[in-house]
Amino acid sequence: MSKLRFGVVVFPGSNCDHDTFHVLKDVCGQNTFYLWHKDHDLNNADCVILPGGFSYGDYLRSGAIAKFSPLMKELQEFAHEGGLVLGICNGFQMLLELGLLPGAMLRNKNLKFLCEHVHLKIENDQTPFTNQGQKNRVLRIPIAHFDGNYYASPDIIEDIIANGQIVFRYADREGQITEVANVNGSVENIAGLVNKQRNVLGMMPHPERASESLLGSDDGRIIFKSIIHHFTNS
Amino acid sequence: MIDKKILEEHNLTEKEYERIVELIGKEPNITELGIFSLMWSEHCSYKSSKAHLQKLPVTGENVIQGPGENAGIIDIGEGLAAVFKIESHNHPSFIEPYQGAATGVGGILRDIFTMGARPIALMDSLRFGPLSVPKNKTITEDVISGIAGYGNCMGVPTVGGDVYFNECYSLNPLVNAFCLGICEKDKIFYAKAEGEGNHVLYVGSKTGRDGIHGATMASAEFGEDLEEKRPNVQVGDPFKEKLLLEACLEVMNKNLIIGIQDMGAAGLTCSTTEMASNSNSGIEINLDLIPQREEGMTPYEIMLSESQERMLLVAKKETVKEVQEIYAKWDLDAVIVGQVTSDQRLKVTFEGKTVVDIPVQAVVDMCPLYHRESKVPAYLESQTKLDPVPLPEDYNSTFEKLLSSPTIADKQWVFRQYDHMVQINTALLPGADASLLRLKNKKFALAMTLDGNSLYTYLDPKTGGKIAVAEACRNLACVGAHPVGVTNCLNFGNPEKPEIMWQFQEAIEGIAAACRTFSIPVTGGNVSFYNDTEGLSIHPTPVLGIVGLVHDVDKSCSPGFKNTGDVIFLIGKNKDEIGGSEYLKFIWEMEKGQPPQIDLQEEKQVHDVCIEAIEKGLLHSAHDISEGGLAVCIAECAFLGDNRAGCTLHLKDRIRSDALLFGESQSRIIVTVKPENKDALIKIAQDQNVPIEEIGTTGGKNITICHNEEKIIDLPVQKSYTTWKQAIPDHFKAR
Repeated sequence: MSKLRFGVVVFPGSNCDHDTFHVLKDVCGQNTFYLWHKDHDLNNADCVILPGGFSYGDYLRSGAIAKFSPLMKELQEFAHEGGLVLGICNGFQMLLELGLLPGAMLRNKNLKFLCEHVHLKIENDQTPFTNQGQKNRVLRIPIAHFDGNYYASPDIIEDIIANGQIVFRYADREGQITEVANVNGSVENIAGLVNKQRNVLGMMPHPERASESLLGSDDGRIIFKSIIHHFTNS
Repeated sequence: MIDKKILEEHNLTEKEYERIVELIGKEPNITELGIFSLMWSEHCSYKSSKAHLQKLPVTGENVIQGPGENAGIIDIGEGLAAVFKIESHNHPSFIEPYQGAATGVGGILRDIFTMGARPIALMDSLRFGPLSVPKNKTITEDVISGIAGYGNCMGVPTVGGDVYFNECYSLNPLVNAFCLGICEKDKIFYAKAEGEGNHVLYVGSKTGRDGIHGATMASAEFGEDLEEKRPNVQVGDPFKEKLLLEACLEVMNKNLIIGIQDMGAAGLTCSTTEMASNSNSGIEINLDLIPQREEGMTPYEIMLSESQERMLLVAKKETVKEVQEIYAKWDLDAVIVGQVTSDQRLKVTFEGKTVVDIPVQAVVDMCPLYHRESKVPAYLESQTKLDPVPLPEDYNSTFEKLLSSPTIADKQWVFRQYDHMVQINTALLPGADASLLRLKNKKFALAMTLDGNSLYTYLDPKTGGKIAVAEACRNLACVGAHPVGVTNCLNFGNPEKPEIMWQFQEAIEGIAAACRTFSIPVTGGNVSFYNDTEGLSIHPTPVLGIVGLVHDVDKSCSPGFKNTGDVIFLIGKNKDEIGGSEYLKFIWEMEKGQPPQIDLQEEKQVHDVCIEAIEKGLLHSAHDISEGGLAVCIAECAFLGDNRAGCTLHLKDRIRSDALLFGESQSRIIVTVKPENKDALIKIAQDQNVPIEEIGTTGGKNITICHNEEKIIDLPVQKSYTTWKQAIPDHFKAR
């Protein structure tokens, strides 16, 4: 089949844009290109990625200023029409600010930036981002954030659970959902979330940092493989 | 009129003032005096250290750029160059720990990307006072937050470094920041102001009053006026710097500029005069055109400001428009503020008047150099004499206590606050002997490490200097890397004190000797004098940053035990030495004795054996013996292993048990191999006449150490792991 088209959006302050580009292009072999936040064109992307980093320095609030970037208008239309959007870390924060996903991010519970490998349990394998994983499988993927403590009001959480929108939860090595494993203090140990339509995923952990075994884990590739599988089989 | 009081405020002597008048042929006005005071400060001029620094070896086949530029450059093959440097930000970090540390990181990053290289790794060498003192906890916490705040936002991973705790740093913490970048070796940029009539552009943040006199501050002792100096510390904006990085690399990639210099210490003053001096040209600038963020700034303030995230560029008229467009794309100012001239003078105008007109050479090159007096310190005689030390009653509890010493304990509490993985090259996580970075699509990889045990240097500066180099190279050897280049940060007290000068001279001699043995050039670095507060000097603390090459990234090594049933070997030899050890300091509260002795040739041979064994794929793990000795080394191998398996050792050396377990004798590495690879390893060592001894096996749940058949240590791995892991976090929980 022909290669998929992945667009990686570059904001001022993005710093995982090159990493995501490298994994999609060199490791996964897909047609990958950058999208500049000031433009108004998604360049016919099949999947748009909002990469990690510190867009606008994370001043004011993580992702709050990026929301006003010109390209976000096209991104919202794309998402509403069912286009696949993956927000990683700062990208997840932007999706919350844009209202494409419900809830908000608070500072980590220990009030420190945290960078380390964590374990994630796949809660929902019926999404375009996890169809190559299996429910309850445990992935080892790193986090690196200051504001990853996911919060939403109880009624929203109820809704999210009822709709099967929780995709990843922080777990221990064995897949137990524990308080200790909940590194940043997120409600319900939420690490990754889809919208009701399942075409927009936000996740705090960085799958692009766990896509080559030389770097300690390639569990993150499951997410990229799933996206590719989604297109090849639909 | 310039009077005595003004000279004092500018840290200039009367003699120096007379020389200025003579050089420029007139009495300087206040702005001109300010310029001289900055450029002739110890920090910028190296006036006390230059004569001694010349003893360091600086040449080598692979050296593209030695000392004197923003950073050193080493050819690493396949058309690539590694650009790296370490620099101190000690004084600002004491006054305002968060911003001091943050801007230290910002400054070293600019030094690297100014030369056209994309920074790929940061490391920091940190020295704090004991965590039992609340003020030290605050400083430690804020310095680490500052480093994290800046580096993380920049998207440059902080991949390692070291942290030590000692009383001597309570009033004078050390923050030394290292950065390494990569560029194509034919695309390096320098601080040049060539071509009369070419435009001088100011890019980046606007100028404010922050950081005025930063360099002068860094060149004097602190007294009680500490709080008043807070406004001298710059405030960092890592987001601006990230934009500046991307914009600068873009204009350099497109080859649109002639020269570039960052405005670090001494701001506009340093960048204008150094660029002109390097090219034998002059520069003319109009201060009315400088973007300013405060109103009513005087020429003195604008010239001396150390506002961060600024650069000065020189570009041809034809390319200026394109340069400005690129900066505009990244939402940054790029303003033409002057031009290159041929008269070798710095001319500055303000509101239509000439406010500075001086020859650049006088400012940059004619600072008087000092051969300061030196004298053996009085403390040495008593400190190096070690009265008999009693043997510990219980080795298990002594060992556990040692594992809780913050200098030895796990540093993950620090490293997890740094993004150490961004750019996805980090092949070994912080905590390994050295950091290892793969280079995408290359077989070879880069290793790097920082080292400097100031207890050794305090007791014997020359030996301490040698060991700092040797241990850094040993760390590289443990991951399988050949050392290729050195940068150093020399942190000392007030050089006007003869005892300090003696420490400095001796340490340099030690460093120079070791660098010659390992055939590694020193490509630059930084001297930080005046690390004294209220008359007390820090221990002399040379920090060595050494970069190495791993030929095949798939054949590197890490410290943790891998398999149960592996055989543990000691490469090198145990000796009866406990002087200057962390054991003596932490358990017996003594900073005494002779530090471990070192034979540099022997040391090098040990490294060669280790590297060869790694390259032949024989080793499962390798870890060097350093602070805490053999016992701590073995424990760390167990803690860092995937399954946290234990081990059993049988030691037969005829030396005191405490020296054997906790002594810090040099030139030793602990390695593990599969049983079938034993002979191959032994042969490599024997071929090079390096002592090697089988000392135990991995496996079990305990760390068990027997000395002459007597079990002296027997501890569950999990329990001692928790002690080691929690020691630092527990200090911060207690508040």
